[in-house]
Amino acid sequence: MKNWRISSIRKQPNKSRFLCGLGLLVVLLALASLCFGAVPLTPEEILGAFLGGTRDSAASQIVLLARLPRTCGCLLAGAALAVSGTVIQGVLDNPLASPNIIGVNSGAGLLVAVSCALFPNAVTLIPFISILGAAGAVFLVLFLAERTGASRITLVLAGIAVSGIFSAGIDAVVTFVPEALNGYSDFRIGGLANLSMTRVAPAFWIILVAMLLVLSLSGELDVLLLGTETARSLGLPAKQLRLTLLALAAALAGAAVSFAGLLGFVGLMVPHIMRRLLGAESLPLLLASALGGASLLTLCDLLARLLFAPYELPVGIVLALAGGPFFIWLLLRQRGGRSHA
Amino acid sequence: MLELRALCAGYHDRPVLRDVDLVFRPGKVLALLGPNGCGKSTLLRTAAGLLSSQGGTVLLDGVPLTSCPPRLIAQKAAYLPQSRTVPAITAERMVLHGRFPYLSYPRRYSAADRALARQALEWVDAGDLADRLLPELSGGQRQKVYLAMALAQDTETVLMDEPTTYLDVRHQLEVMALARRLAVQGKAVVLVLHDLCLALQTADELAVLAKGRLQQTGTPEEIFESGILDRVMDVELRRLMTDNGWRYYPDLPEKE
Repeated sequence: MKNWRISSIRKQPNKSRFLCGLGLLVVLLALASLCFGAVPLTPEEILGAFLGGTRDSAASQIVLLARLPRTCGCLLAGAALAVSGTVIQGVLDNPLASPNIIGVNSGAGLLVAVSCALFPNAVTLIPFISILGAAGAVFLVLFLAERTGASRITLVLAGIAVSGIFSAGIDAVVTFVPEALNGYSDFRIGGLANLSMTRVAPAFWIILVAMLLVLSLSGELDVLLLGTETARSLGLPAKQLRLTLLALAAALAGAAVSFAGLLGFVGLMVPHIMRRLLGAESLPLLLASALGGASLLTLCDLLARLLFAPYELPVGIVLALAGGPFFIWLLLRQRGGRSHA
Repeated sequence: MLELRALCAGYHDRPVLRDVDLVFRPGKVLALLGPNGCGKSTLLRTAAGLLSSQGGTVLLDGVPLTSCPPRLIAQKAAYLPQSRTVPAITAERMVLHGRFPYLSYPRRYSAADRALARQALEWVDAGDLADRLLPELSGGQRQKVYLAMALAQDTETVLMDEPTTYLDVRHQLEVMALARRLAVQGKAVVLVLHDLCLALQTADELAVLAKGRLQQTGTPEEIFESGILDRVMDVELRRLMTDNGWRYYPDLPEKE
């Protein structure tokens, strides 16, 4: 397990060029996400809708009320979950850790379900409540792992246990109050249909602030990756920093869950892919994870809309179906690479 | 300069070290020797401020370590742990992290830091490893990179916990030669070593620990003459005069 961050690549790629490429991909996918759907639209129609010239047309209505919130939701949730996963994996020095595996998503989900059941109209409060759930879960798992020996596998097991309890809690809430999560399409596997700007906007601000703070702490995260002992010997208050970064990771995942539901996979897969392509240096890795997560979720959402049009699949299903095999292929490729090394 | 005064240290309620008085002198290589579990690593960790003392004090330039901020300690003493995580970063990036204690938020390395890191890598004769990823390097190459990092940290004291463990003999000798060169630069170099022979032939001063107490300090000559290592380690140390001075080797004690 020691070298789980090993990169299968031999040459260091040009990081800024790679990031620019990813940025371009995000723009193209966002544009595609605005154009394609049950009713295909041209880029001119989309531009018209944004400029306000044709506000009352059907095209404008589709763009502004349906496609734009959905596209923003994809970009935001993808970026937030991937960055959250990168931070959690780095801070806990654990390749298996990700927001959905260590209970962060389900912690957020449980509080979202409870508050939707109790206060159906408190839409703007949901992201904050969601973050509380996420932070509660991450600190509970951390506490359990430290109490029981803090090994990597203990942490994951504690996460699975906590995740299981919280998921059961979500099921219980939905059983007692079936209409609690009516505003969400496919909350439990993650879905982005029927999103509105009112639901995305508060989460946007939280994600923006948390993301900027995480990026500003990338130097510290780099040093934390050298191990707690080395980090402390370099003058870093490792314990406080771990907690701060985990709280920020919880904020990112919690805000994403508050409107996108329990999306798995992005937070586990994207950091691994990017680490393999770029290495473990935090700043480029965090940026690449954000862009990669945004692209992956937008692409999967597009596929979810288009594959069986006019029927839609929940994006969580596409994510698992497309992402899972790709991830396995990547693992196999790395193994092959190593055995020839 | 780091000084230990009547230092007691340990983990939770389990004391490991008792009443240790020791000074880490600039320009000298000090080797800590003793059987497993005698408190060598605990001593080093406490001196680096990573473990709080349970009694006595550690003084950093005359000031108790407990009242020094972690960043200041890191600017004065570098600590190389025995084992560490090996992230997929380049050797140069690793060395660059030695400059971390000198940065303030938002901690971005400057061109001067990069130049220093390059120099440090050249100094340990590992300039060609700069762009290689750490997990690709051999144990010996990695140890050189860590030493370069300690050099880039530009501290007066360098503390190393078993820097030669798991290395082949060639790299062991190279690491010890580098430790000597650091001392020549005026740094206090403190090493925990298991290899008595390597310690006796390289260090200026030896400190022998057993059962949590400092048994004796002295030059290799004095330590050998006193027979303390024979008693503490339960071996019979012998030596031979060679063209390069005394060479030591341990033997099992003869049964009577």
